[in-house]
Amino acid sequence: MSTEMALALTLLIPSLGGIAIACAGRYPNLREAITLITASVLFAVVISLLQEVSGGREPTLALIEVVPGLPLMLKVEPLGMLFGCVASGLWIVNSLYSFGYMRGTNETNQTRFYICFAIAIASSMGIAFAGNMFTLFIFYEILTISTYPLVAHKQNAEARSGARLYLGLLIGTSIGFQLVAIIWTWVAAGTLDFTIGGILRDKIDPTMLPILLALYMFGIGKAALMPFHRWLPAAMVAPTPVSALLHAVAVVKAGVFTVLKVVIYIFGIELLSETGASGWLIWVASFTLLAASLVAISKDNLKARLAYSTISQLSYIILGAALASSLGVLGGALHIATHALGKITLFMCAGAIYVATHKTKISDMQGLGRLMPFTFAAFCIAALSIIGLPPFAGSWSKWYLALAAADAGRVLVIAVLMISSLLNVAYLMPLVARGFFRPAPPRQPVGAAVTPGARFGLAEAPLLCVIPPCLTALGCLVLFFYADEVVDLLRPIVG
Amino acid sequence: MSLLSEHIPVLQVAVPLLSAPLCSLLRGVRLPWLLALAVSWFAFAISILLLIQVMDSGDISYHMGNWAPPFGIEYRVDVINAFVLLIISGISAVALPYARLSVAHEVDPRRHGQFYTAYLLCLTGLLGVTITGDAFNIFVFLEISSLSAYVLIAAGARQDRRALTAAYNYLVLGTVGATFFVIGVGLLYMVTGTLNIADLAERIRPLADNRAVQAGFAFIIIGMGLKLAMFPMHTWLPNAYTYAPSTVTVFLASTATKVSVYVVLRFLFTVFGPAYGFVGLTFEYIFLPLAILAMFIGSTAAIYQTNLKRLFAYSSVAQLGYIVLGIALGNIAGLTATVLHLFNHALMKGALFMALGCVALRIGAVSINGVRGLGREMPWTFAAIAGAGLSLIGVPSTVGFISKWYLILGALENSWWPVALLIVASSLLAVIYVWKIIEAAYFGVAPEGRGPVAEAPLEMLAPLWLMVVANFYFGIDADLTTSVAGKVAATFLGSGS
Repeated sequence: MSTEMALALTLLIPSLGGIAIACAGRYPNLREAITLITASVLFAVVISLLQEVSGGREPTLALIEVVPGLPLMLKVEPLGMLFGCVASGLWIVNSLYSFGYMRGTNETNQTRFYICFAIAIASSMGIAFAGNMFTLFIFYEILTISTYPLVAHKQNAEARSGARLYLGLLIGTSIGFQLVAIIWTWVAAGTLDFTIGGILRDKIDPTMLPILLALYMFGIGKAALMPFHRWLPAAMVAPTPVSALLHAVAVVKAGVFTVLKVVIYIFGIELLSETGASGWLIWVASFTLLAASLVAISKDNLKARLAYSTISQLSYIILGAALASSLGVLGGALHIATHALGKITLFMCAGAIYVATHKTKISDMQGLGRLMPFTFAAFCIAALSIIGLPPFAGSWSKWYLALAAADAGRVLVIAVLMISSLLNVAYLMPLVARGFFRPAPPRQPVGAAVTPGARFGLAEAPLLCVIPPCLTALGCLVLFFYADEVVDLLRPIVG
Repeated sequence: MSLLSEHIPVLQVAVPLLSAPLCSLLRGVRLPWLLALAVSWFAFAISILLLIQVMDSGDISYHMGNWAPPFGIEYRVDVINAFVLLIISGISAVALPYARLSVAHEVDPRRHGQFYTAYLLCLTGLLGVTITGDAFNIFVFLEISSLSAYVLIAAGARQDRRALTAAYNYLVLGTVGATFFVIGVGLLYMVTGTLNIADLAERIRPLADNRAVQAGFAFIIIGMGLKLAMFPMHTWLPNAYTYAPSTVTVFLASTATKVSVYVVLRFLFTVFGPAYGFVGLTFEYIFLPLAILAMFIGSTAAIYQTNLKRLFAYSSVAQLGYIVLGIALGNIAGLTATVLHLFNHALMKGALFMALGCVALRIGAVSINGVRGLGREMPWTFAAIAGAGLSLIGVPSTVGFISKWYLILGALENSWWPVALLIVASSLLAVIYVWKIIEAAYFGVAPEGRGPVAEAPLEMLAPLWLMVVANFYFGIDADLTTSVAGKVAATFLGSGS
């Protein structure tokens, strides 16, 4: 299999999978088998590309020239490879979880759900492997549109208004700001190809750089930089698997991934650090980081709290980009992987708690840890990873970010990072503490289904809701020891 | 054969014209339709041949009855009008297979002969306006197309009596527009003594300061502005589109206003040329503000509509704003956007009004409340609305995006920053009104008392989806359309300076 072929397959497999799922809609078991097979085959193909990339090659595939000088093009580079691996790998785990969750809660329209999921993954692959800003933008928009039905899944008034906000903010910022920025770039530089070192040097007046950067940063609404963050909490009306994969991994990571791409390959970190054009962004990101953490503390609904936590964590990555140094970019890129593992675990645990007990409020979750020890253990590990404690993966990305801040001599940024870690403790650990140290509530089985471990006095959610978060929690631990490999993979992007 | 190929330009108009009276003699429902279909496909084939010939070997000049211009009537085909001819006949060729069931449903069965006669006359008029190289001839064909269009719109009276007032309103305003146009042509004739456009262009060159020429220019632009529904002269359009039979809306929305835009382009660039002081001024001080107002007021009005045909009619007012804006930018990228959008907008609105026709066939009226929950029952129709709606918004990989891309490039080329931002802002308004429909159709609950609804028949879905696929095809591979449009823009601006 040639590498160009493999590259095309990363888009084709999930798309064809979506069609197959649509055809198999009437047979739930077949439909879900297809989902799982598609996800596994996709992951295998992405891994085959990974070997190419770690060998130093950059497979490229030019598809079609839309208007003269503006081709649709795919090109694999390390950063996209990382995002591609994370999104496609977690799709497998998340698919397993979806089967358990969607059946456990008897959701309607499950076929539409799996189709849209497959399309969303296809567009994530397109974003990961886009060879120029134009291609990336197209897939960015497809991702927004394909996830809209997932957010509006429940079809009630709340879901509809949440989905409206979701679509409005994401489309609004992308067309209103990002598209303008892209066209401006094209007019100035005459190209949109992702090039190491950027394409804007000497092409644009340095005093205009911060404005262009602002158009990009606020235009990439998926990165949830304040004040355009409201879509993320609004999207929490979606079923939990959607929140887990799309709003902890694919969609939001597509946003910060695009931020990194723009900073590294459009502006170039040297240009940014020479001109200081990203100075303002450090403060906006820091503000978002702290403000979102504070809001998270005030939320009693577990998913809403996790959503604000995501907003805050995304700003770590934007902060890394804004520092415009190789360490900052590396830390930001690493945080894409570590935060994805941690946050998907937290969301899946939240969903497992909901399936088992139908509880959504943290204040109602007293003593649940005694009934659901696996779920709560996974939650605890992921929370520690997000906080940044060793031996969990999240510690590395925060370490690199802190180093980058120290390198740039920005003491205040280090302070922000430290305060934020404390805030992370404040909004994540209470649930664990409540779960384990308060007395267990009287047992009230919710579903008629027999749950695993009932013999030992446990009340866990169905197995398919419990195993996936345990796997990803384990991943948080494993990645701590293999972070070096990831950094090695990423090294070429900072030259 | 070579004898025939020499006469291709005249066949483009003569065949529909001569088959129209024949059509009025035909009885029944099927025969008139078959004739109109055959004529449309013939006209489409001819327009393809013309475009190929023009692209290969330059402009074609055909002397009617062998009278040499400027004394005789000349048919003159260059890239721009070959392109517009292709749009008109192409839309007609796709709309007619769709028309049979829709017209049978909406128009009195005893009147089908007359209906298709009017349709053929309208086609003749639009093709004639485009192909002719004679200013007075433009007026004649304009009247043919307008008078038949009034009849076509009034044919909607069987569904809704308000079609009659809509047609009457259009008749009055359309006649005012045509009269202004002919007064303008008369003034130019008075000064130059010629009606041939190429000749007119040459003779008018030294007369830039002549008051009669300036007055003629103003009359022509205002007259055609009325016909193309340039804001604020758009008031006839929403009602006309709303109450006309679905097929007529498809055809008129995709072609009639486009032809008027073509005439404006022809006079602005071939006859007068932007180098004339007073022509250049109109771009910045008249076209630009009116275009921007059209974009915003049209889209805002569309948001508040409950009748979907009227909603898209207001959206057409906004889209015509984009077309005029491209002219106002006055550079190659802007003009490319204008010409592109003639084609692209025909594709979007053709698809959308066709889809509404499918809905009308099944549930009668097309209101936002009526389509609630229909997405599940008519999946293909509403998928088409979603696809064409995305194109209307200008999402990348659709034709709408290509038009906006060039429009914004044009604005940036002039360093008109605020204009670029206004263009994107107005696309966001399109998101609102398109999404209103999507949400109602897919996530709404069916209104009380509506029984099960069947999907539209394949005969209507096939042309509809042809248009939708074209929306995406020409959005992903825009090489063909942009090269034609770019060529047109270059000729216009090249010849003017």
